[in-house]
Amino acid sequence: MRRRLSLLAGVAALGLTLAGCGGGGDSTASDTTNPKDATGKVGVFTWWADGSEKAGLDALVGVFNKDYPNLTFDNLAVAGGAGSQAKSVLAAQLKAGNPPDSFQAHAGAELQDYIDADQIEDLSGFYKDNDLTSQFPKDLIDRLTVDGKIYSVPSNIHRANVVWANVEVLKKAGLDPTKPATDLDGWFADMDKIKASGTIPLSVAGSWTQVQLFENILLSSLGSDGYNGLWDGKTDWKSAEVTTAIEAYKKALSYTNTDRDSLSDWAPATQLVQDGAAAYNVMGDWAEAKFEQDGDKSGVDYTYFATPGTQGVFDFLADSFTLPKGAPNPGGAKAWLTTIGSAEGQTAFNKVKGSIPANTTADTSDFSEYQQSAIKDFGQDKIVSSLAHGAAVPVAWLNDLSTAVSKFGGDQDVAGLQDSAASIAAKYAK
Amino acid sequence: MLKRAKTWGPGVLLLAPTIILVGVFVYWLIIENFRVSLTNQHTAKPSNKYVGFENYTNLLADPNFQHSLWNLLILTIVFLGGTLIFGFLWAWLLEQPAKGEGFFRSVYLFPMSISFIASGVVWRWLLSSLQTTQPGGERTTGLNRLLDSVGLGFMQNDWWSNPTWGIAAIAVPAIWQLSGYVMALFLAGFRGIPDELREAARIDGCTEWKLYRHVIFPQLSPVMLSAIIIIGHMSLKLFDLIRAIVPDANTYDVQVPATMMWVKYIGSDYADAAAIGMILLVLVAIVVIPYLMYTSRAEKR
Repeated sequence: MRRRLSLLAGVAALGLTLAGCGGGGDSTASDTTNPKDATGKVGVFTWWADGSEKAGLDALVGVFNKDYPNLTFDNLAVAGGAGSQAKSVLAAQLKAGNPPDSFQAHAGAELQDYIDADQIEDLSGFYKDNDLTSQFPKDLIDRLTVDGKIYSVPSNIHRANVVWANVEVLKKAGLDPTKPATDLDGWFADMDKIKASGTIPLSVAGSWTQVQLFENILLSSLGSDGYNGLWDGKTDWKSAEVTTAIEAYKKALSYTNTDRDSLSDWAPATQLVQDGAAAYNVMGDWAEAKFEQDGDKSGVDYTYFATPGTQGVFDFLADSFTLPKGAPNPGGAKAWLTTIGSAEGQTAFNKVKGSIPANTTADTSDFSEYQQSAIKDFGQDKIVSSLAHGAAVPVAWLNDLSTAVSKFGGDQDVAGLQDSAASIAAKYAK
Repeated sequence: MLKRAKTWGPGVLLLAPTIILVGVFVYWLIIENFRVSLTNQHTAKPSNKYVGFENYTNLLADPNFQHSLWNLLILTIVFLGGTLIFGFLWAWLLEQPAKGEGFFRSVYLFPMSISFIASGVVWRWLLSSLQTTQPGGERTTGLNRLLDSVGLGFMQNDWWSNPTWGIAAIAVPAIWQLSGYVMALFLAGFRGIPDELREAARIDGCTEWKLYRHVIFPQLSPVMLSAIIIIGHMSLKLFDLIRAIVPDANTYDVQVPATMMWVKYIGSDYADAAAIGMILLVLVAIVVIPYLMYTSRAEKR
């Protein structure tokens, strides 16, 4: 009896060690696997569960199935909460040493957490094999590179500093929709006119969209260098320029709908512009997909322009895919990443999602008018990283700052927000 | 020896799975959680450096955390007060000899059968912060719309979006949901008082008020205590209702320790999240342990 027990204990212990190995990951195995020879299932984890995002993913899977008939795509999407639901599920799985074959993450600082935790593979070799370094813009490659290594393959590029406006509302207030304001003061003057005409000038929703508005105002008020400096310590959060920026944000908030906190996500705020209940909405260019899906015509029903004061700057974020350490099917994962990075995959995906391809060789001839303009801007503008979408700072920093911005929505205490933002920066900046 | 094993053996076998499961999934996890709360694991990067109670002192000194504790206090007071008042009132009304008691009992008890998440979705709509007098007011829904249409427009308010008292509005749906339960407790309490006692008091010349004051209320106090314990610890742990009503977990106005723990956890700040968890556990223990001691002493008597 006793012997059998000890045997059992031994087997259990062995099982634990093996599981430990699996979790730790065997990085050499993935390097030798050729994606062309890979078979089996490829489990891909995203938060693209519905709407234009789901449609984009489906288009991508179409290309993948054509390129790799020997592989089956296993959709592990988790819906809800702009990705926060998915991220908590993912964190638990990675911690348990049970990673998917590939998962979605925002390029930039958000990826840093996974790199620090030693959870994702270095893909520099993959970039070399597929000649991706020359196909992606250099600015983007710079933002993906950490200590000389690249850890993810971007599928698309979004712009976060775009104002969406209702043409009719602007005309009613006596403004020319084709000539948007070029700085914050001019924009506020326009908003005064809209307010006088009886419409809400600016629509905004809950906490994260307020953070995005705050980010746009910071960028407009401080300029791209000043804005970048906030994240690497070169701009002093306690400086007078930042005070001015926060004052401007306070002013912008005074033009917004009072029920902002109860709007469930960005879409209801954009809907206010579509319905003519509000004039402007600052939102990323995923709003373009919403306008298009709802049958609105660019230039007739709605118009768009870079947030006043940020012309010539592209506030960027990108979705990207990784190869987790210990992925069950690394060869299949590489096949998936090849499709993601390929010109064909990027065209299929971005056409539907409303974003622009990260791969410059992708065919964009039949993309929408907005997307064409974004492609042009991305090629010539200064590129900065978005705060609200995990590109500029790690998640913990963003969380603390979001709390401070959410608090400011209630008490409107400029010095208070500035103090907390400064102490948060001091806590996280390297 | 064998004989004795026969008496307790089956019992132990029967209970062993429960004991093991509770041991692992409750007590061991509490210990593990406490261990994490003592480390400096503030990012996804694994770290096991012990920093003692630093996370606790930092949290308690953090104005945001103090704000969440303050919110929790307001929430608990309003939630407790509301359920006790309504629960008692309904129980007292039903206790009067009248028709249709069964019907009303079910009506009042019904909300309890709905989960906080499901009712939260409806209450999000009911507690719309937009007032008809504000710009865009024609879009408003729920209570503000109702108040306006019955001519009580001046009573409209911003509900949970108020920075200071917003959290009290979250207690409204909670009261709606659990008053029926407190009513059931009180009703059982009322029924437990023998009619002979009331009659004896009436024969002695008690007024109705004195009857309640000196005969009935004292006998209801154990019921009252259980109600306070049950509602109180539910209030401390309240998370799902807030998450369902407020779209963004990181909304400062209605931040309580439970939602703050979630935000910290999503941000990979495992040490702080674990510390908040321990603080919540201690708060609940402060409520529950005296009650457990009281009941165990009462049972011994």
